[in-house]
Amino acid sequence: MQIYLPIADLPVNIFLVLGMGLAVGFISGMFGIGGGFLMTPLLIFIGISPAVAVASVTSHIAASSFTGAINYWRKRAIDIPLAMMLLSSGILGTATGVWLFTLLRELDQLDLVIGLSYVTLLTTVGALMINESVQAELRTRRGKPATLRRPGSHTFVHGLPLKMRFKRSKIYVSAIPVWGIGFSIGFIGAILGIGGGFLLVPMLIYFLRVPTATVIGTSMVLTLVTMASATVMHAATNHLVDAVLALILIVGGVIGAQFGARTGQKMRGERLRLLLGLLVFAVGLRFAYELVVQPDELYSIRLVGSE
Amino acid sequence: MARRALVAALLLMACATPPARAERLVVSLSNHRVAVTSNFTGENLVLFGTIEPDRPRGALRNAYDLVVTVKGPPQRLRTRRKDRVLGIWVNVESREFINVPSYLGVLSNRPVSAIANPEIARRLQLGLNNIILTQRVGADFADTVPDDAFRTAFVTLETQHGLYRESPGAVTFLTPTVFRVAIPIPANAPTGSYSVDVQLFAEGTNVARTNSALEVVKTGFEQYVAEAAQNHGLLYGLFASLMALVIGWFGSVVFRRD
Repeated sequence: MQIYLPIADLPVNIFLVLGMGLAVGFISGMFGIGGGFLMTPLLIFIGISPAVAVASVTSHIAASSFTGAINYWRKRAIDIPLAMMLLSSGILGTATGVWLFTLLRELDQLDLVIGLSYVTLLTTVGALMINESVQAELRTRRGKPATLRRPGSHTFVHGLPLKMRFKRSKIYVSAIPVWGIGFSIGFIGAILGIGGGFLLVPMLIYFLRVPTATVIGTSMVLTLVTMASATVMHAATNHLVDAVLALILIVGGVIGAQFGARTGQKMRGERLRLLLGLLVFAVGLRFAYELVVQPDELYSIRLVGSE
Repeated sequence: MARRALVAALLLMACATPPARAERLVVSLSNHRVAVTSNFTGENLVLFGTIEPDRPRGALRNAYDLVVTVKGPPQRLRTRRKDRVLGIWVNVESREFINVPSYLGVLSNRPVSAIANPEIARRLQLGLNNIILTQRVGADFADTVPDDAFRTAFVTLETQHGLYRESPGAVTFLTPTVFRVAIPIPANAPTGSYSVDVQLFAEGTNVARTNSALEVVKTGFEQYVAEAAQNHGLLYGLFASLMALVIGWFGSVVFRRD
């Protein structure tokens, strides 16, 4: 059944888009991520312009992270003060991102920047995750504990001033890296149409030593607020959010996420991270391929305005 | 101006003795309004018409040719070309096409090149190769030669998107003087008013001309959403986020397991 998307200005098959929402929702529920890095490329692939795809996916991520955040809230697994600190700079990062998005679109280089950033981010993060989980797997084989505990190991982050105590996460860190992380996630998310969960969770663990008990819930709160505000900002400045497209994606995503979460709970953490790493890496390679191989069509058209 | 010239020409023809054969075109469009709704996947309009003598008992010729040019609302479009820079493909050069039709259909009963000679075809802008597409090159405005790389790429891309088309079989003569024209409006046709220019040819010369118009409009829900997004961006964005939150919350309630 075809449905006409009023902002993207093209008809799509409603079941195809719903199916994409379900599939990405399943993966996002399984790994506890937003899934924007999969959804945005998929939408571009079915013919929706990158700009509309990025802007519309933000609301899809807001919905799935809200569902997740409620579940973590019930389990009391969210560190509210830490989330607020991340948010204070996250919103600023989102606004900067939306501004740069508009500018790059004007310069005809938005697609290139999206492509290059995906390649760099996804291949690096994917490779790191694969490496990490393979190491862990090997340690388990040798009969040692899977995760390496490094109590008291301090990095440069712990030498910074403006220290704050976050009770629920049981950490005592400087506000500077917290702000820095919040800003960069908001910024990257707005430009690339990703929630940034797959970047934020490792950052919180490695830089701030946030324990696994609160890390996903807290990251979801940040994703939720940055993505909801990115939706508003993209709609207000670029008029590119397709509400019909977003609605279909959200419905599929929310349902898929529930089933994904159940599957994810049955798997071991290390195995799960290896799978996610492979997935992230593969998407990165796909983008690299597109940039390096000569495209079938060298020319492209962009609407500048009506007269 | 053009109309006055035409009237003058017609008057001249009417006064001339012995009276030259002259024709009048009477056309009617099946529908002047194409409504884009949520299940819109394109529509085919039909233009019916007859060729009549402009005076009672006037004589008609044996064979006619018809070229119908349908133009969508004008747009400003940028065509970009990718080139390899440091091993990756980047948009390097670009040209802006100014005041070009967003939809362009050249419909005729046989190929335009067979209807009129190249000189007439260029003067009357018949066919995709002869329509003026103004480009901005730096500070200059000009239509380049038909085989300009950017112009060719532009027309090819628009043809691939189904927005530009030249169909030599779209006009059917039911009798030597009654014709039917199929005007395809694709699903991605932009909204706005479209002009329909009907030109009649006999023995390679233009003998009559008339025009009509149609409108492509978003209606109901589609129009509401598109207008809200454009005119009330902030409210629209707030609504979209609220929608996301409500469905997200609903999902967590429906699937709650404890």
